[in-house]
Amino acid sequence: MIRVAGRPRTLLDVPTHYCPGCTHGIIHRLVAETIDALAIRERTIGVASVGCSVFIYDYLDVDFQQAAHGRAPAVATGIKRVLPDRVVFTYQGDGDLASIGAAEILHAAARGERITVIYVNNALYGMTGGQMAPTTLPGMRTTTSPEGRDVRRHGAPLRMAELLASLDGVAYAAREAVSSPARIHRARRAVEAAFRAQLDDRGLGIVELLSTCPVNWGLEPTDALAWCEAHMVPVFPLGVFKDVRRAREPVDARA
Amino acid sequence: MPAHEIVIAGFGGQGVLFLGEVLAHAAVREGRHVTWLPAYGPEQRGGTAHCTVVIDDEPIASPVVADPTVLIALNRPSLDRFERAVRPGGLIVLDATLVDRLPARADVHSVAVPATAIAAELGAPRAANIVLLGALLAVAPILSEAAIRAGLEDKVRDPARRAANLTALARGAAAVRVPAVPT
Amino acid sequence: MSRVLMKGNEAMAEAAIRAGCRAYFGYPITPQSELPEYMARHLPAAGGVFLQAESEVAAINMVYGAAGAGARVMTSTSSPGFSLMTEGLSYLVGARLPCVVVTVMRGGPGLGNIAPSQADYFQVTRGLGHGDVHAIVLAPSTVQEAVELVGLAFALAERYRLPVIVAADGLLGQMMEPVELPPALPVPQAPPWATTGAATGRRVISSIHLDPEALERHVLELVATYDLIAAREPRWEADGVEGADVAVVAYGTTARIARSAVARARARGLAVGLLRPITLWPFPIAAFASAPRRWLVAEMSSGQMVDDVRLAVEGRAPVLRYTRVGGVVPTPVELAEAIVRAARPAAVPA
Ligand SMILES: Cc1ncc(C[n+]2csc(CCOP(=O)(O)OP(=O)(O)O)c2C)c(N)n1
Repeated sequence: MIRVAGRPRTLLDVPTHYCPGCTHGIIHRLVAETIDALAIRERTIGVASVGCSVFIYDYLDVDFQQAAHGRAPAVATGIKRVLPDRVVFTYQGDGDLASIGAAEILHAAARGERITVIYVNNALYGMTGGQMAPTTLPGMRTTTSPEGRDVRRHGAPLRMAELLASLDGVAYAAREAVSSPARIHRARRAVEAAFRAQLDDRGLGIVELLSTCPVNWGLEPTDALAWCEAHMVPVFPLGVFKDVRRAREPVDARA
Repeated sequence: MPAHEIVIAGFGGQGVLFLGEVLAHAAVREGRHVTWLPAYGPEQRGGTAHCTVVIDDEPIASPVVADPTVLIALNRPSLDRFERAVRPGGLIVLDATLVDRLPARADVHSVAVPATAIAAELGAPRAANIVLLGALLAVAPILSEAAIRAGLEDKVRDPARRAANLTALARGAAAVRVPAVPT
Repeated sequence: MSRVLMKGNEAMAEAAIRAGCRAYFGYPITPQSELPEYMARHLPAAGGVFLQAESEVAAINMVYGAAGAGARVMTSTSSPGFSLMTEGLSYLVGARLPCVVVTVMRGGPGLGNIAPSQADYFQVTRGLGHGDVHAIVLAPSTVQEAVELVGLAFALAERYRLPVIVAADGLLGQMMEPVELPPALPVPQAPPWATTGAATGRRVISSIHLDPEALERHVLELVATYDLIAAREPRWEADGVEGADVAVVAYGTTARIARSAVARARARGLAVGLLRPITLWPFPIAAFASAPRRWLVAEMSSGQMVDDVRLAVEGRAPVLRYTRVGGVVPTPVELAEAIVRAARPAAVPA
C-alpha cells in the first residue's frame, strides 16, 4: 500500500522547488519510502545529478554527493568501491543519463557496480528550458526541435532500461510510470527491487521512471499525466526487463 | 672517478635495455648514483632501441647525454648514428659480428668483439649483449665484478641463464685480452 | 635504508601506497601506464581499490566519489587525459575534496606524441577547469624527489582540502633511478565531513551555490586558502643566482639537464646560477629577489613558465628563454651553448 498521508522518515519536511504537476516529488517520496522500508537510511549515500533534481540533497535525509552532469555513476562507483558496505544510489534525468552520461552509466552497468540507479525520464531537458533529449519522442516539439523531432536527423529515442538490461552486470532493470495511483504502486515495488539488487550483492539495479514536465511540455498538470500515458508509454513500454534472482557466475577466461 | 655516461644502442630484441638495466642494478649494488633512461619516444623508430646509463659518485644532474663517454654499439646503424657523439678520449665497444666496419674516429678508443659469434658458440645466442659487457669491463673497469654479478642476480632469476650470462661475461673479457681475430 | 632501482612511474605508485593511498582510478595512457599497472599489481594486496575506468572523465569523477567518501585517493594520466580531467578538477576544487593527480606530460597539442614535454604548464598552473580554480602543482626533477613529492602531495591535499597536481614528464616517468622509499604511513580514518552514511547527521558534498552572494563567500574562502598556500607553500632550490652573469630558471627534467649545462658553462669561466621552482603553483616569486645580470628560462614548451618569471622579475633584469618543443629534450651541450650566448652583452630578451 502507498501511504499517501504521513511523511517518510527519510523525506525532509521542506518545500520542494519543483513546478506544479512535476512528478519528481512523487519519485523522491518513493525513494524515501524505500529507504525507510529497508532501514538503510544511516548507511545510504545518494549521488545527485545535474538537472531539475539537482537539489534532491535538500529533500532526502541521507548523505549526498553532487556530481557533474552525467557523471553520477562514476561518482557512485568511487563511493561504493571504497565503502562497499554502504548503499549508494544515483538519481538522474534522461539528459544526464542517456546523453552526456551515456558512457558512465553503460560502464557502471557493464562492471556490475553494486549501485541503484533511479532514472527519471521526462522526454526532454527540463532544467535548461525544454530542449530535445535522446528520449524525446518522434515528432515531439522542443525548443531545439521546433518542427518536431525528425528521426532521420536526430535518431530515435533511446530506451535505456532495455539497453541496460542486456548487460550482464545489471541484475534488475525495469520501467514504470507515476501517472496514476496504480502505476505509482508498481513503481514503488520496482524502486525497492532495484535497491534489493544492490543489497543482495546481485548487480546494478535500475528503474526508469516516466515522469512529467508540464511546463516544458506546454500542458496543464492533469493533461500532462494523460499525455505521459498516451504518448510516452507506447514508446517506452512499462515492465520488468530483467530480474536476476541470484548473482550470476561470470565466465572466467582463465577457467 | 669521473662520471660514466654510457649509450647502448642496437636493434630491438638484442637486449639493449636489459644490458643497461644490469649496469644500473650493478651500480646500485656498488652504492653509486645511477640513471637509466630508455629511448621510448620518437627515437624508438624502425625497431632500433637505445638507452643511456649514467654512473657517478655524485648525485647525477642530467640523465640526458649528448656526448657519451662510452658507446656500446650492437649493430651498424647504431655505430653510424652515435660514433660522432662520443666524447674525445671516450670508448666504443662494438659487436664485430654485426658491425662491418671499425670506428673512423682516431680520438676515441675502440674495442671490436665478435659478440654474436661468441654467444652462438656458447649456445646462448641472446647473450651477445653480455659478451660486450664483459669486453667493456675488461678495458674500462667501470664497476667491480662483484657488483656486476650482483646486478645480474637482480635481473636474472633463473640460475641456468645466470650461469650462461657469467660465462658470456668471461668470454667477452677474454676476447679483449686475446685478440679475437688472428693477425 | 636500502635503495631500490625503480622507474619514475612505479616509484610514484609505490610512494602513494606508502603515503596511505588506498584507492586508485585511472585510464591507460603512455607515458604513465606503468603507474596504474603497478597499482593493479600492488594496491589490492595492500587492502586498497584499483579500478580501470572507462575514460579519464569517469576516472576523475570516481576520484571525486571516493574522496567525498573519505578515502585517500589518486589518479594519474598524461596530457590528453589531463584535458579530460579538468572538468572533474573544477568540481573537486568547488566541493573542497582532497586528492592527488599525477600528470606525466607528453608532447602536444592534440595527440602530439609520447615524448617528454612541459607544454602543459599553463594548463596546470592556470587552466585546471572553469571557475576560480587553483591547485598546488609540484614538479619533481628526480625519481627520488618524485617519491617525496607524492607523499607531500597527499599531506598538502588534506591540509588544504584541495586537489594537488604532481606534474612530471615522460622522461621522469620512464627513467629508472635508485630511490629510498619512505616508511609506510597508516591509512587514515575518513574525516568528519565525508559522506559515509548519515548515522550522526547528514553531510552534503557539492559545488553548487546558486545565490551569487553565497558563491562569492565560497570563492572568497577558496581565495583565502589560495593566499595561505601562496604564503606558505612556495618551494624552490637555488644555486649561485645572486650576482650571476646568467641565472637559469628550469623545473623538472629540464632543471636536471640545466644543472649539467650550468656546470659546463661554469667550467668555461662564467658565473652561472640555477633556480629550480619545485612548486609551479604557487610560483616561488620570492626566489626572484636575487639579482643576476640576466635570467634564462629553459623549458620544454614554447615558453610558458617564462611568463611567470617575467611577472616575478618585474623588469629588474632581462629575461631570455631557451625552449624545445614537440617532445624534443634539450641536451646539456646545447643548453650550455645557450647559457654562453645569453651571457654575451648583445643577448636580447626573446
Ligand atoms: C557539462 C554541462 N553541460 C550542460 C549543462 C547544462 N544542463 C544542466 S541540466 C541539463 C539537462 C538536464 O536534463 P535531464 O537530465 O533530462 O533532467 P531534467 O532537468 O529534465 O530533470 C543541462 C544540459 C551542464 N550543467 N553541464
